[in-house]
Amino acid sequence: MGVADFAFYIFAISAVIGGLFTVVSKNPVHSVLWLILAFLSSAGLFVLLGAEFVAMLLVIVYVGAVAVLFMFVVMMIDVDFAELRGQMAKYVPIALLIGVVLLLELSLAFGTWQVSNNAEAVRAAIAPDMAEVTNTAALGQLVYEKYIYLFQTAGLILLVAMIGAIVLTLRHRVNIKRQNVMEQMHRDPAKAMEVIDVKPGQGL
Amino acid sequence: MLQTILFAPLIGALIAGFGWRIIGEKGAQVLTTGLLFLSALLSWVVFLTFDGETQHIQILRYIESGTLSTDWGIRLDRLTAIMLIVVTTVSSLVHLYSMGYMEDDPQWDEGQNYKARFFAYLSFFTFAMLALVTADNLVQMFFGWEGVGVASYLLIGFYYKKPSANAAAIKAFVVNRVGDFGFALGIFGLFYLTDSIKMDDVFAAAPALAETNLHFLWADWNAANLLAVLLFIGAMGKSAQLFLHTWLPDAMEGPTPVSALIHAATMVTAGVFLVCRMSPLMEYAPQATAFIVVIGAATAFAAATIGLVQNDIKRVIAYSTMSQLGYMFVAAGVGAYGVAMFHLLTHAFFKAMLFLGAGSVITAMHHEQDMRNYGNLRKKIPLTFYAMLIGTLAITGVGIPFSGDLFGVPIGFAGFLSKDAIIESSFGAQTGVGNFAFWMLVIAAAFTSFYSWRLMFMTFWGKARGDAHAHEHAHESPMTMLVPLGVLALGAAFSGMVWYNSFFGNHEKMLTFFGIEQHQVEATAEGASEDTTSHEAMAGIAPKGAIFMGPENEVIEKAHQSPAWVKVSPFIAMVLGFVLAWYFYIVNPAAPRRLAEVQPVLYRFLLNKWYFDEIYDVLIVRPAFAIGRFLWKKGDMGVIDGSINGVAMRIIPFFTRLAGRAQSGYVFTYALSMVIGMVILISWMAIGGGAE
Amino acid sequence: MLNTDISIVLPEIVLALFAMAALLFGVYTKKDKVAGPILWATSAVLAAIGIWIAMSPAGTHTAFNGAFVDDSFARFAKVTILLSAAAVLLMSADFMYRRGLLRFEYPILVALSAVGMMMMVSAGDLMALYMGLELQSLALYVVAALNRDSLKSTEAGLKYFVLGALSSGILLYGASLVYGFAGSTVFSDIIVSAEGHIPLGLLFGLTFVIMGLAFKVSAVPFHMWAPDVYEGSPTPVTAFFATAPKMAAMGLFARVVHDAFGMAVADWSQIIALLAVASMFVGSIAAIGQRNIKRLMAYSSITHMGFALMGLAAGTALGVQAMLVYMVIYVTMNIGTFAFIMSMEKDGVPVTDISALKQYSKHEPLRALALLLLMFSLAGVPPLLGFFGKFYVLKAAVDANMTWLATAGAIASVIGAFYYLRIVYYMYFGENEEETLDGTMAPTQWVFLMASAAIMLLGLVNMFGVDGYAAMAAEALVK
Repeated sequence: MGVADFAFYIFAISAVIGGLFTVVSKNPVHSVLWLILAFLSSAGLFVLLGAEFVAMLLVIVYVGAVAVLFMFVVMMIDVDFAELRGQMAKYVPIALLIGVVLLLELSLAFGTWQVSNNAEAVRAAIAPDMAEVTNTAALGQLVYEKYIYLFQTAGLILLVAMIGAIVLTLRHRVNIKRQNVMEQMHRDPAKAMEVIDVKPGQGL
Repeated sequence: MLQTILFAPLIGALIAGFGWRIIGEKGAQVLTTGLLFLSALLSWVVFLTFDGETQHIQILRYIESGTLSTDWGIRLDRLTAIMLIVVTTVSSLVHLYSMGYMEDDPQWDEGQNYKARFFAYLSFFTFAMLALVTADNLVQMFFGWEGVGVASYLLIGFYYKKPSANAAAIKAFVVNRVGDFGFALGIFGLFYLTDSIKMDDVFAAAPALAETNLHFLWADWNAANLLAVLLFIGAMGKSAQLFLHTWLPDAMEGPTPVSALIHAATMVTAGVFLVCRMSPLMEYAPQATAFIVVIGAATAFAAATIGLVQNDIKRVIAYSTMSQLGYMFVAAGVGAYGVAMFHLLTHAFFKAMLFLGAGSVITAMHHEQDMRNYGNLRKKIPLTFYAMLIGTLAITGVGIPFSGDLFGVPIGFAGFLSKDAIIESSFGAQTGVGNFAFWMLVIAAAFTSFYSWRLMFMTFWGKARGDAHAHEHAHESPMTMLVPLGVLALGAAFSGMVWYNSFFGNHEKMLTFFGIEQHQVEATAEGASEDTTSHEAMAGIAPKGAIFMGPENEVIEKAHQSPAWVKVSPFIAMVLGFVLAWYFYIVNPAAPRRLAEVQPVLYRFLLNKWYFDEIYDVLIVRPAFAIGRFLWKKGDMGVIDGSINGVAMRIIPFFTRLAGRAQSGYVFTYALSMVIGMVILISWMAIGGGAE
Repeated sequence: MLNTDISIVLPEIVLALFAMAALLFGVYTKKDKVAGPILWATSAVLAAIGIWIAMSPAGTHTAFNGAFVDDSFARFAKVTILLSAAAVLLMSADFMYRRGLLRFEYPILVALSAVGMMMMVSAGDLMALYMGLELQSLALYVVAALNRDSLKSTEAGLKYFVLGALSSGILLYGASLVYGFAGSTVFSDIIVSAEGHIPLGLLFGLTFVIMGLAFKVSAVPFHMWAPDVYEGSPTPVTAFFATAPKMAAMGLFARVVHDAFGMAVADWSQIIALLAVASMFVGSIAAIGQRNIKRLMAYSSITHMGFALMGLAAGTALGVQAMLVYMVIYVTMNIGTFAFIMSMEKDGVPVTDISALKQYSKHEPLRALALLLLMFSLAGVPPLLGFFGKFYVLKAAVDANMTWLATAGAIASVIGAFYYLRIVYYMYFGENEEETLDGTMAPTQWVFLMASAAIMLLGLVNMFGVDGYAAMAAEALVK
């Protein structure tokens, strides 16, 4: 067992453990931390596969941005997860049963797993020749040329998500004061101010 | 022209039925009557100009499904032409008559509108009857058959305020269903075997049918015989033959013009028409025709015996009708279809007239129908009396025996010629059933004469009985009622002599009249059973002409050759009946009562109409009611309603509540349901392994 | 290469560009004040593109290495989707405006969701399928929660989103199983990968994909979201849910099972038949207990999806044709019915309780008659068009030797007739103790209600030729 193999097992096991504890841990903050572990382990796996670009994306985007965002959200909103779990508790037996049945059936499928005869050829036909280009370039070719359609669609989906976020959360409050920079800059002291000479003892 | 004949009554019925508020009651009456007279006029033109060649006129396509192809068409041949004049003439006269008869009907209160409805029904009936007689295929015929049934139901129950009228209407309808069931089975059978319901195809296939066997009711039957019997069962229902006759006397609950039109002259003869129409099939069904003869003869006899003792004037005539229909079936059964049609024609005239005359008497006597309350009306209503007299002379068959040999045509009233022709034909059949029928008919002729004269004597002679007030105010009917009587009287007197040769007397004339091919019939006349022309018929070509008489059918010739005593026997029977009636009701009016006291069993048996109604009541009606009540209470309300209600009101709401409870509103419940569904489907695949 | 590809997806691009342009226009002008014009413009563009696609020449074109397929089937579905989306938008303007919900993003989201639907029915690749599905769904999640001040509306959006995510997960899992076997996500590669032998792994993948799609058509047991979402969403949004997305999801369903899994008809036909039977019965039975007309229509749509799936379960070209005809009729009926539901209000407040319809025929005989026709048609009473839709799918099932399925469908439609007829009963014979609905109705709603009812009646002549086009579409799909 070489170093690579050893690293693989370490990353794989920690990814699975991270996923498992994300689900089962009682404290949501812990869950997010477990999730970060799972992301990092996955990134390690990508590195082992030679896909360093994807690995870095995973670290930067998912760990650095998404997971941290999750952390904020979890800490800011006050949701009593324990209470929700309490409701779900009575379904645990049936859920376990379902899980066991599903697991058995899936293991049946994987036990007799077969791959199509032409799968290998079809798969190879899509990917660019790795001997000629780096995997980042290959990824670029796939995403921006071969799968441009899907890529653009993904953009549309993100646009919809953005619109959705704005539609559902942004509120124009009418009763609050807003800062208007232009108005501030063009404010003329002569018009805005009036100097009144107040005589002592008289008042306004 | 034929289209006009057929549809004029329908148009009249529709306008009168739905639009009388616009054109008024009087307008509806005049319109329907006018259209009917137009129809009748055109019918006579068609009848007199018709050359014997069968014509087919397609009007529109009706039902097409698979190999079944049904057109709305008109088949014009001699049979149709005869029926056209019978139906339209009687109908138009009845329309005219009804304008007077229905003027003040005591059944209705002041201000109630019924006349337009009545005329619409009458016209609708006429349309249905015309559709029946002009039918070019059996389905269209069945349409007309049921159409006249509906019209009959509506008209019998026209006085729907009277429970007895409603009961009679239902009875007529139900009893007819029995017959119609047979008719429908016959049509199905013909379609099953010949793959067509067109008349020509069926006729062409008749010889083949005679050699086919059909499995029906656990046994093999000869197809031609079986189908002929089934069709005849339909005819029995419509034409009130024995065992299916009980509705006809009760149908007299309807207004008298209805009795004259539907239950004497036209609808009830539809059965006879059917048998004659199907003559190409009947000719190949010897057992079936024997059955027809037996039933016909038995009906003629039984009805005549019952008629002897009835007291209601309309019932006497009703039984007389039934008896005369039996005569016609005997003629058709022995193979003398032309003779059957001849009697149908003459009977339509004199029987319609007797009914209309009876109606005139009834109006004169303020709607009294019991003859025991009549008497000595001769002077009060002379015109009606003369009309009835002619009718009675016609039905009893008054004429000069053997005059045919002298003048070429026998001299006598219509009934004399046609009835004698039937009796001679039955003798001429020279078979066992033929002889049976001959004797039955001769006896029935004596009875006919007796009850007809009994009716005349009780009504017009003797002392005035019953309500003196009614007798004082007895008055002659208006012209609208008397004119039809006059026209029909002409028919009753002369129709026999005019067409005797065409229907029966002269062979050559008869063949051209019915459009039967000459050479084929020559072969027939020679009695050659196996020659080329008969082979041609076997080969599947519909025989030409309105009626078909097989190669062995020599009944007409034999009838002409029957001995003198046979020819004179009905005349003797008639005289006998007359003398007896004269003795009983004029000379010695106490005699009938004494006879009834001497023979109480027989009297009661006849008075109660052979106890048919009572027997049916015990055997069929009550068990049917009991079964019906059982199925209704236990079967329908208990089992079917119960189970439906149980499903609809308990089980499904239970599941509805269950589904409502599952819809908890919690996302995890929903997700759980999805996951459970997922596991079920995956398990289904894992266990079933898909299609492998 | 790219140019031809773009020319093939031009309608989608035009619609997406329009949506973005409208978005910019809305943002940089007066925002919600221009929502009305944007809505009308969107509606017009949707209809125009629908007509454009309908007029475009026949033939099958693929673009982007098979990810996008443009054939008669796709065009048939797209025309239905676009026209129904346009119709729903038009009739919702009045309702949204009066409730203060007419935000300019609403028509834009509908347009973007329509782009997603068009991609769905044209999908030729598992990834394209998923992208289209998510684009459509995401827009729908948002519009479901459009009335963000209403607890029910936000709840509806959230439920739809969470459960939709679960279903997407199931779908993706299935897709990955299929990819694992076939080594490709392109339908044309998947269909040839099995070579006569279908291993269990692929079967599972197929089953998971079908389950993911079953969620989108709200087939039992993946239907639980529908009643809550239908009830909680603003009525025009509900109307939208009940029409175009259903057509898109059914179209996608048909495309996946025939284009990608055409070699395993016997396998998926069993699953779809199970889904169909469950949907028909659960939908019919559960609807009986509903008093809220929107929930009732949710169950109604579940039942109708069961019938449409029956056509699909037949696994034949005739089955697909029947399904398409059924969907077109269903969409038409629902447009009319929802036009009416949108107009249901009492003292200016929307009501959804069906007992409010009591004695309606006395006040508005014409509208009551139109609704009667629609209800009869939904129940499948001859001679209305709804009957012919049912007849088609039943015939397809019988022809495919699935008589048991057709029998079950007939029984379910008898049960289902109850709640449609109850509405009619209330309108004509119900005894009312309180006052009835307001008489107001927006002109567009009135037009769509009457047109839909009239189509139900007039369509019996030749269905406006729809079945011919459906036959062509089915031919293109089932080889």
